[in-house]
Amino acid sequence: MERVPLVDYLVLGDEPHLVAAECTDCGARYFDRRSACARCGGLEFGSADVPTEGVLTTFTIVQFAAEGVEVPFVAGVVDCDGTSVKGNVVNTPPDPEHVTLGMRVRLTTVPVGTDADGVEAVGYGFEPID
Amino acid sequence: MAENVWILGISMTRFGKHKDKDTLDLGSEAAIGAMRDAGVGIGDIGVLAAGNLIGGNGFGQLLQKQIGQTGIPVYNVANACATGATALRVVVMAIKSGEVDTGMAVGVEKLSGAGLLTGNARQAEGGHWVRDGRYGAVAPLDGRVGTETMPGVFAQIGMEYAHKYGGADFELFARISEKNHAHSTLNPMAAHRKRFTLDEIMNDVMIAYPNTRPMCSANVDGAAAAVLVSETKLRTLSLEQQRRAVKISASVLTSDPWTDGCQVLPDINTLTRRAAATAYEQAGIGPADLDLVELHDCFATAELVHYDNLGLCEPGGAADFFNSGATWRDGSTPVNVSGGLQSKGHPVSATGIANVWEVATHLRGEAGDRQIEGARVGLAHVIGLGSACGVHVLERSAA
Repeated sequence: MERVPLVDYLVLGDEPHLVAAECTDCGARYFDRRSACARCGGLEFGSADVPTEGVLTTFTIVQFAAEGVEVPFVAGVVDCDGTSVKGNVVNTPPDPEHVTLGMRVRLTTVPVGTDADGVEAVGYGFEPID
Repeated sequence: MAENVWILGISMTRFGKHKDKDTLDLGSEAAIGAMRDAGVGIGDIGVLAAGNLIGGNGFGQLLQKQIGQTGIPVYNVANACATGATALRVVVMAIKSGEVDTGMAVGVEKLSGAGLLTGNARQAEGGHWVRDGRYGAVAPLDGRVGTETMPGVFAQIGMEYAHKYGGADFELFARISEKNHAHSTLNPMAAHRKRFTLDEIMNDVMIAYPNTRPMCSANVDGAAAAVLVSETKLRTLSLEQQRRAVKISASVLTSDPWTDGCQVLPDINTLTRRAAATAYEQAGIGPADLDLVELHDCFATAELVHYDNLGLCEPGGAADFFNSGATWRDGSTPVNVSGGLQSKGHPVSATGIANVWEVATHLRGEAGDRQIEGARVGLAHVIGLGSACGVHVLERSAA
């Protein structure tokens, strides 16, 4: 089945991972389409693979969201060896007993859905390592 | 050296539900109230700065059509939750530049009954995947890659602080809310004046852990306005006007400088720290001199980080600082004696002027049951996510 990533910065395949746009002048990393570097104004960007394991530095358990968004879910930020990444914590119950500050997590893929052409969209999340 | 700027008159409407009043009614009430408080008329106002996010474009001109069309310049400003502070700052700059000696800032919002202010409902999905936006997303990201809701964003900001420094957990955040709701019982302008026990707060509806419903700012209607004058102008006015005038010792607006990870989770700390440092320098005072602080407690998790950002405590020591009782109204640095945004309410564009009203009212000795006795110096802080930070330091008149 054909698959597309949920976002441009997710690379699917045998070893799914995230890629950041990295400023060639100062090394600042971004996940969106860039006009310039917000840190130094540089205009050149390279592509950098982001480590797939990291530490959960903050999270919230969202119980109340916009219509159509499934709750509860855990939203958080993962420090992937120096690169901060936004993502959901998945494959564990969404409660403060199972999700804790400082826990080690790794990248995993999450199905988003299949369109009318039979193409599957695939997103990402982070799951506990232990 | 630019002129000192003073608050000559300031006014806020009661915050809450105003079913029979629209944006212009509320704005007019605050503006006319501020002019009456100042002892001036619309003909004395040389510049108007006006903020309103929900009501549409050209609010300032629509307001003029109700309170007086004198042909003065109007600046319609928008800076998220810092909109009111931005309006105030525009008038301060206009007076400091010497272009005018008297100006007015107004902020209004009608928010009663509004739900989550961001985290938009998803559009219908189906058809086939199309990449969209700066992430090339084929589906909405809210809920799939983190959260776009404000309670969730600010929850993460508080939890990030907890991870960095320890000492903060669900119960501590809830106790901050307990304090503000307790303070609100003394404030007749607050939308909600009910005291909650810690248990009630922690067992209320969870919105985004660790923020339960009473730990979130309340969407309400309200307006606030201020009339500012130059010091030269003030000295020509009556002794009574001079006695009640409040000095703006510092007026600062910052945006967020680039920091690592700031485009992943908003960094509301760095711009607040910078604004505070600049404000203390401008005012020639330090945090220890503050008799009261109104800070932007849009969520209980946000109040904690701002103790640190405003330098009220040792770096990393916000939890210990709160646990010491310092920020209760009988503590060493009373914070949000109005009840804060969690109980007073948060009509976005009005908030940045209403916070200044609260501090000014204490400095004038006119705060009634909730008066902080002998208050001489206070600070008002707001954050508009995106971000903009406004800090104003106010001092009682020496006259």
